[in-house]
Amino acid sequence: MALSREQMAKRVACELKDGFYVNLGIGIPTLVANYVPDDISVMLQSENGLLGMGAFPTEEEIDADMINAGKQTVTARTGASIVDSAESFAMIRGGHIDLTVLGAFEVDAQGNIASWMVPGKLVKGMGGAMDLVAGAENIIVTMTHASKTGESKLLSKCELPLTGAGCIKRVLTDLAYLEIENGTFILKERAPGVSVEEIAEKTAGPLVIPDYVPEMAV
Amino acid sequence: MAGFDKRVSSYEEALEGLADGMTILAGGFGLCGIPENLIAEIKRRGNRDLTVVSNNCGVDGFGLGLLLEDRQISRMIASYVGENKLFEQQLLNGELEVELTPQGNLAERVRAGGAGIPAFYTATGYGTQVAEGKEVREFDGRNYVLEQAITGDIAIVKGWKADTYGNVIYRHTAKNFNPLMATAGKITVVEVEEIVEAGELDPAEIHTPGIYVDRLICGTFEKRIEQRTIRA
Repeated sequence: MALSREQMAKRVACELKDGFYVNLGIGIPTLVANYVPDDISVMLQSENGLLGMGAFPTEEEIDADMINAGKQTVTARTGASIVDSAESFAMIRGGHIDLTVLGAFEVDAQGNIASWMVPGKLVKGMGGAMDLVAGAENIIVTMTHASKTGESKLLSKCELPLTGAGCIKRVLTDLAYLEIENGTFILKERAPGVSVEEIAEKTAGPLVIPDYVPEMAV
Repeated sequence: MAGFDKRVSSYEEALEGLADGMTILAGGFGLCGIPENLIAEIKRRGNRDLTVVSNNCGVDGFGLGLLLEDRQISRMIASYVGENKLFEQQLLNGELEVELTPQGNLAERVRAGGAGIPAFYTATGYGTQVAEGKEVREFDGRNYVLEQAITGDIAIVKGWKADTYGNVIYRHTAKNFNPLMATAGKITVVEVEEIVEAGELDPAEIHTPGIYVDRLICGTFEKRIEQRTIRA
């Protein structure tokens, strides 16, 4: 069975390490915060300038001056710090963020990512996505393996305008966990009950399938 | 003798000299930390053909969205403009021109502008539409795009506290783009919630030193919340 959004978040959370500074994008990546293992501590960076994002506030704690990059009211956790936007992106551009998790429309076998614009639809802007994909060393993209109409999102070459070129090495979809190396996707894990054949059929880009592809633990 | 006293007595005085066709740098992220009274004053003044540099363009009826109502903005430099129907409409009509800039580039371009750096290389946007027509240079095997600094005629900034000398402190994430915009305006106007006497703020706690600030005014703020999220 394909992974649920929560299961995808849980799988990504396995990549967290104690002491990591992590930037989580909007959507499934945001859910990762709910699955941080109890025995480790991570600091969430929100690119509007909050390093150490805490839980949503209670009604009494709500503060218009305390928001995250999704413009939601939030709190700061113990040990948090607040900086201006240039400093926030200096952390990102300077490679100081240990892990970035973000969504995408398409990823290709060259490590290109398209996530911000669909021609013909109104363009709202890239926000911090281009800075994040260019600046972070360690990025995990989360997305469904194929569109609702069955079109693969793992391509030989992205068709939509790019967010970043050659910067993606790891992708978690609802069907599989894959890595990108030397111009090909490598199937590393499959969702419980999902066959290698189904993944191969829904992957348009070149795919290397090792002899043994374990089921992921979620 | 005014000396270092940056206080002005009215919003009218705060924006004296703002003229049609000027470039305005506005602090704020979404509706957080926006100079809401200075924006309202720009609407009242009715200046037109403005270029506005801001991460976002407010929402319908509030923040920079107010300036769209009378078509005062002709060009917008921003990273995300998704919350505004009027914006969409004017963009599609061709009444409004937009330069979408990655958020980190926008922040750094303004920072560079205020710090006297004309341009800088960044990996952000390499291989994308954003890099089209821009110089690319390789350093240590990686490609970087040359991005130019941004400065403006007037910076409008929202602080929390200031002293009479224009030393400003921001509150929480209302800091965002404000300290950057403050450095890059030919004239920088700051509105705050409280003004104290010089000497009352700890020098080590100042975010924007008075050297960047030309005019200072105390206002009251609605502080509208865009996404009210609470935990149970």
